Amino acid sequence: MGKALIELKNITKSYDGVTVLDDFNLTVNENEFITLLGPSGCGKTTTLRIIGGFEKPDEGRVFFEGQDITELPPNKRNLNTVFQKYALFPHMNIEENIAFGLKISKKSKDYIRDKIDYALKLVNLDGFGKRSIDSLSGGQQQRIAIARAIVNEPKLLLLDEPLGALDLKLRQEMQYELIRLKNELGITFIYVTHDQEEALTMSDKVVVMNQGYIQQMGTPENIYNEPENAFVATFIGDSNIVPGTMVKDRLVNILGADFPCVDEGFGENKPVDVVIRPEDVIFRAPGEGRIDGEVSHIIFKGMHYEMEAMAGGFEWLIQGTKPYEVGEKISIDVDPFNIQIMNKPESEDEEAIKFDE
Amino acid sequence: MNKKALSAPYVIWIIGGTLIPLALMLYYGLTDGEGSFTLSNILAIGEPGHLKALLTALLLAAVSTLICFLLAFPIAVLLRRVKRAKGLIIFLFLLPMWMNFLLRTMAWQVLLEKGGVINSIISWLGFEKLRLINTPGAVIMGMVYDFLPFMLLPINNAVSKIALSTTEAAYDLGASEMQVVFKVVLPLSVPGIVSGITMVFVPALTTFVISNMLGGGKIYLIGNIIEQEFTVGDNWNLGAGLSIVMMVFILISMLFIAKFDKDVEEDLAI
Repeated sequence: MGKALIELKNITKSYDGVTVLDDFNLTVNENEFITLLGPSGCGKTTTLRIIGGFEKPDEGRVFFEGQDITELPPNKRNLNTVFQKYALFPHMNIEENIAFGLKISKKSKDYIRDKIDYALKLVNLDGFGKRSIDSLSGGQQQRIAIARAIVNEPKLLLLDEPLGALDLKLRQEMQYELIRLKNELGITFIYVTHDQEEALTMSDKVVVMNQGYIQQMGTPENIYNEPENAFVATFIGDSNIVPGTMVKDRLVNILGADFPCVDEGFGENKPVDVVIRPEDVIFRAPGEGRIDGEVSHIIFKGMHYEMEAMAGGFEWLIQGTKPYEVGEKISIDVDPFNIQIMNKPESEDEEAIKFDE
Repeated sequence: MNKKALSAPYVIWIIGGTLIPLALMLYYGLTDGEGSFTLSNILAIGEPGHLKALLTALLLAAVSTLICFLLAFPIAVLLRRVKRAKGLIIFLFLLPMWMNFLLRTMAWQVLLEKGGVINSIISWLGFEKLRLINTPGAVIMGMVYDFLPFMLLPINNAVSKIALSTTEAAYDLGASEMQVVFKVVLPLSVPGIVSGITMVFVPALTTFVISNMLGGGKIYLIGNIIEQEFTVGDNWNLGAGLSIVMMVFILISMLFIAKFDKDVEEDLAI
C-alpha cells in the first residue's frame, strides 16, 4: 500500500499510574481502512485521541506525513474525528453543522454552499439541510457527523465507535455506507471498535489490541484464520482452544490423538495451544474420527446448529448445519489446514486476561 | 384519599401567600385614603423623584447584572475544565449565601466605611482615604456580591451540561479555544444565562436594603421609595401603587426574556 500517513513511535501514556499504552508503535498508510479492535480499556480510544490531538502522550512522538505533530493542537491538524455520540451542535441546523469547519477556515459562501450540497448527497440526506438536529434518527445524525467532518477534506478520518449507539440492522447498513464513502473519498480511515464483526467486515487491516499492546495486526482473513495467541483467538469469533503437544513438524497431539496439521517450526514434543474454530470441527461416525465422544448440547441458531460435545475430556464447541441428538455417539475430526498452532503464552502481556465488555 | 385533597396545602399556600396579598395590594394601589377608586397612586411613578429612583434602580441593576455575567461566565467556562475539586470550588462560591443577607451587606459597610478596613489599610500605606461608601459603586459592589451565586449557579449548570465531545468536535473542526467558547459554549449556555439574568436583575431592581446600607440614604432606588411610603410615610396606597408599577415592569421583562428562550422556566425550576 501507499506511503506512511501516520506513524506512532514509542508512545507511552498512563492515567493515574495505570499504563494504558506502553511503548506503542503503529504505522498507518495512505488510503488504508485500519481498525483498532479490542475490549474496553485496551488503549484503542486513547490511541485515537492521541492521533486526534486530544491527549498528549507521556512519551513518544506522533508523525503525520513525516512531520512531528505531537505538540500540535487538534485545530491545527489536517484530520477530523467522528465521535461515538455524534457530538453535533444542537444550536445549529444541519447545514450550519456541516458548514462549521468551513466557516472557521473562512471559505467563500459559494464554496460552502457547494460543499454542503455535495456532502448531503454523499451521505444520502439530500434536502435535509434546514432541518434541526433533533428531527433526525441516530443513524441520520451519525451521517451528518461524517458529512461535517469530510467537507473539510481531511487526509485522515478518525472514527471512534461511530456505530456503537445504533441498532443492529442500522449498524450493518452503515458499515456498507462507510466502505462506500471510504472508496469514494479515497482518504484514510482509522476506526475504533470493540465489535469484531464490524472490524472484519470493513477493514483493510485490523489491529487487535489488549492492555495497551498490539496483539496481532493483519488482514481480517489473516486475523480470523491464523490467530497468533489465545487472546486474539477468543476475541475474534468463537474458538476451541485445546492444550496439545507438537510432536514434530506437521503433526500435533491433541488430548491423546495425533492430528496432521500444516504448521512447522515449533520444535519437537513442545507444549502448544491449538485453536480450532467451531465450524471446522467435523463429526464422524464413532470410531471413524480421531477422538470419540458424545453430544451434550444442541441449540438451533437459524443459520446453523450450535452444539457441544464431550470428547477426550474436553468440551468442544461445534457449529454445523446437520442436527445431532443429545447423547448421540460421535467421533471428532479436523482437516489439517483448519488447525492453528500457537505458542503457549510466555508473558502476561500476551495472555488474554480479562474480557470486561 | 383523592388527588384533589393532596393538593390542599398547596392551594392554601397559594391563596394565603400570593392571592390575598396580591388582592390587598391591588386594593390599596387603586384606592385613595378614603377607599374610593383612583389611578393617582399608579400615575405617581411619573413624579420626577420617583422617576429618577426608577431609572437609577434600572441602571444600577443592569450594571450589576452585567458585571455578574462577566464574572460568572468565565468562571463557569474555566470550571468545566477542572477535573478535581470542582464541587469544592462551587461550594466556596456558594458559602456566603448561607450567611444572613443583612450580615453580608453589613460586612461590606464595615469594609467600605470612612474609618473602615479598606481605608485603614490605604491610610496606613500613606495614601489619602477614599470615599468608598455611599456611592453608586458601593451599591453595585454590594449587589454583585450578594447576587453573584444566582448568576453562577444556572450558568455553571448549563455549561457543565454541554458534552465534552461537543466542544472537542468544534476544536477538531478547526476552531481555536476562543472560537469554541464563543461559537459553541456561549450559545449553548443561553438558557442558563437567561435564568441568571432574571435571578439577578429582578432582586437587584427591587432591593432597598443594599442601597440603604451601602448608599447611606443618598442613593434612592425605587425600592427605597416604596419602603419609605409603607414605613415612614405611612402611605400604603402610594406604596402599593408604585409596587404595582414595579410588578408590571418585572412581568414585562420576564415575558421578554421568556420569549428570548423557552427553556427559562425549566431552568428556573432547578
